[in-house]
Amino acid sequence: MDPVYLDNNATTRVDAAVVSAMLPYFTEQFGNASSIHAFGAEVGAGLRTARRQLQALLGAEFDHEIVYTGGGTESDNTAILSALETQGGRNEIVTSTVEHPAILSLCAWLEKTRAAKVHYIGVDARGRLDIDAYRKALGPRTAIASIMWANNETGTIFPVETLAALAHEAGALFHTDAVQAVGKIKIDLSGSEIDMLSLSGHKLHGPKGIGALYVRRGVRLRPLIRGGHQERGRRAGTENAPGIVGLGAAAALAQEHMEDENTRVRDLRDRLEQGLVQRISHAVVTGDIENRLPNTANVAFEYIEGEAILLLLNKAGIAASSGSACTSGSLEPSHVLRAMKVPYTAAHGAIRFSFSRENTEADVDRVLEVMPGIIAQLRQMSPFWDGESKTRTAFTPTYA
Amino acid sequence: MWEYSEKVKDYFFNPKNAGVLEDASGVGEVGAIACGDALKLMIKVDPETDRITEAKFQTFGCGSAIASSSALTEIIIGKTLDEALAITNQDIADFLGGLPPEKMHCSVMGYEALRSAIANYRGEVWEDDHEEGALLCKCFGVDEGMVERAIRNNVLTTMEQVAHFTKATGSCGTCVEGIEEVLERTNAAMVEAGELAASQAFVVGAAPVVGRKTPRNSPVVALTSPPATKMTTLQRIKLIEAELEALRPALQSDGGDCELVDVEDNKVMVRLTGACVNCQLASVTVQGIQSRLAERLGTPVRVIPVPSGH
Repeated sequence: MDPVYLDNNATTRVDAAVVSAMLPYFTEQFGNASSIHAFGAEVGAGLRTARRQLQALLGAEFDHEIVYTGGGTESDNTAILSALETQGGRNEIVTSTVEHPAILSLCAWLEKTRAAKVHYIGVDARGRLDIDAYRKALGPRTAIASIMWANNETGTIFPVETLAALAHEAGALFHTDAVQAVGKIKIDLSGSEIDMLSLSGHKLHGPKGIGALYVRRGVRLRPLIRGGHQERGRRAGTENAPGIVGLGAAAALAQEHMEDENTRVRDLRDRLEQGLVQRISHAVVTGDIENRLPNTANVAFEYIEGEAILLLLNKAGIAASSGSACTSGSLEPSHVLRAMKVPYTAAHGAIRFSFSRENTEADVDRVLEVMPGIIAQLRQMSPFWDGESKTRTAFTPTYA
Repeated sequence: MWEYSEKVKDYFFNPKNAGVLEDASGVGEVGAIACGDALKLMIKVDPETDRITEAKFQTFGCGSAIASSSALTEIIIGKTLDEALAITNQDIADFLGGLPPEKMHCSVMGYEALRSAIANYRGEVWEDDHEEGALLCKCFGVDEGMVERAIRNNVLTTMEQVAHFTKATGSCGTCVEGIEEVLERTNAAMVEAGELAASQAFVVGAAPVVGRKTPRNSPVVALTSPPATKMTTLQRIKLIEAELEALRPALQSDGGDCELVDVEDNKVMVRLTGACVNCQLASVTVQGIQSRLAERLGTPVRVIPVPSGH
């Protein structure tokens, strides 16, 4: 039986068309874009096309608003560190408790080593940002506000345009980590107030090791990596030509499939989710169901632990992920679910299924077929499970 | 993904002796759902021979927790209680062909549950300390001996390293102080033995503590305003009562509650009820109560939760 891959928020398969677009840049077109000769010139043309493809996906007004980086993490680091340098006299950062470690670890380090003050804004039970707290945290000392476009674990989408406008009222820059959003939902940065946006190639069927930071024209940027004049001096280092071309091709494909992602893929996700909560008791959907990515389902199964579920799923040929402490090597259950105050009884057993355009009805059928047995098997073994009679926790299920 | 041995996988995918043992003669329960690991071990003992004739388990936890529990039942069936008590967590790990270092606490959980079940059979109250010293981190079942060994064998000098090697302090954080003491003491002994440069040794308070969950600016026992005169016992009890009363609404809003049982010197016995029971975060609550009482009384106190029914 074909394996079922439902971990596309972790990474995606590089599209075959993307691979074909990249291959010549390893062989015939190996030149350095900075070189004066024909080898360099050919590569230069390829990079320009790729840049325009990514520009189109983002709806950016100018192609030079895109700065290529080594990935989402580098983009996030560049944005925040740059803001602290360019926003004279401001040393505060406003962010959320549910950001990716690319932001949270950096912020913790800045607090420790650069005396930056970081405001971590909480979320409600559905993972929605506390806008009042966000507004209050912004002030004359805020250098930058950084809030993700969509959460990687639950798919919950944040109102980034509103948040950007609020940040500007306080004279602060606004950055968004859009690694999970780009390619999955429509993004239009023309006329947007967003100053900086991070994205990553491998989340949208592009290669790993390539990402970009969108920097709105007029926003000052201090490079994280210094050296040559590449990327207009904003990111030194010889261009990763195959990566950039691959990201461009992936962006073009994502745009082509945007409709499919938001209709067929969303329906697959919904069918899986509803099928699971109908077939399995004490299973609850987490996240903001009305406003989230079309591809992400996060379902918490009470009284059992996530790694055990994943191991049994893996044995059945299904790949998913969990915020469980045991799989990540960290000690706490998912910081996102904890921030949403999902009780421990459920947080340890939360499983994320993340779809892509490659998934099919058969994938959903397969999960629905094996999941009830897996959950029952583990609950049989759980000292906390005493049959279907368990009273529900105070945690309200999204689907009744 | 973790690197599990074939035997771990086999015992996880095809666990032996999983389920409830009817008419168990001894039951041991360790761990908590909050920490992601819990084990209930049920044994049947032949009183004539003192042998374990049957054993079953129920485990909430990851693959290696389930495999370790199952392995434990296989190891102990047929053994006398004394033979069973000689089993160490390393024996469980060895039986499984080894466990990833991060998962050793799963075998410790089995070790603890076995002792708990045997004590239960013998009608004793199981104390969770043993020849290796006191169990320091209850969340991950790390005892003093394990911490000391990890420090010595790997020349650990920071709390962060200890957390990485043993997991201790990684969850609720209530054992930070205990682990700090062990690290300081062990490092000092290593310096004496010439195994560690004095400048490398950990000294409590000299380095930032990693893994502590309480905000940096509020030490666990905050002696901010010691009262000018010593309070009488009655005054102390009244003050403690008033403080607990003020804290109750917050606990009740989480479905829990707390009552004062006894005060003995600097020990304050409280009973946590409702949702607090079996909640591993209860230790965080206790820590919070402790720091508040210490602040109000102006002297260090220990808040000790007592089980309900005492």
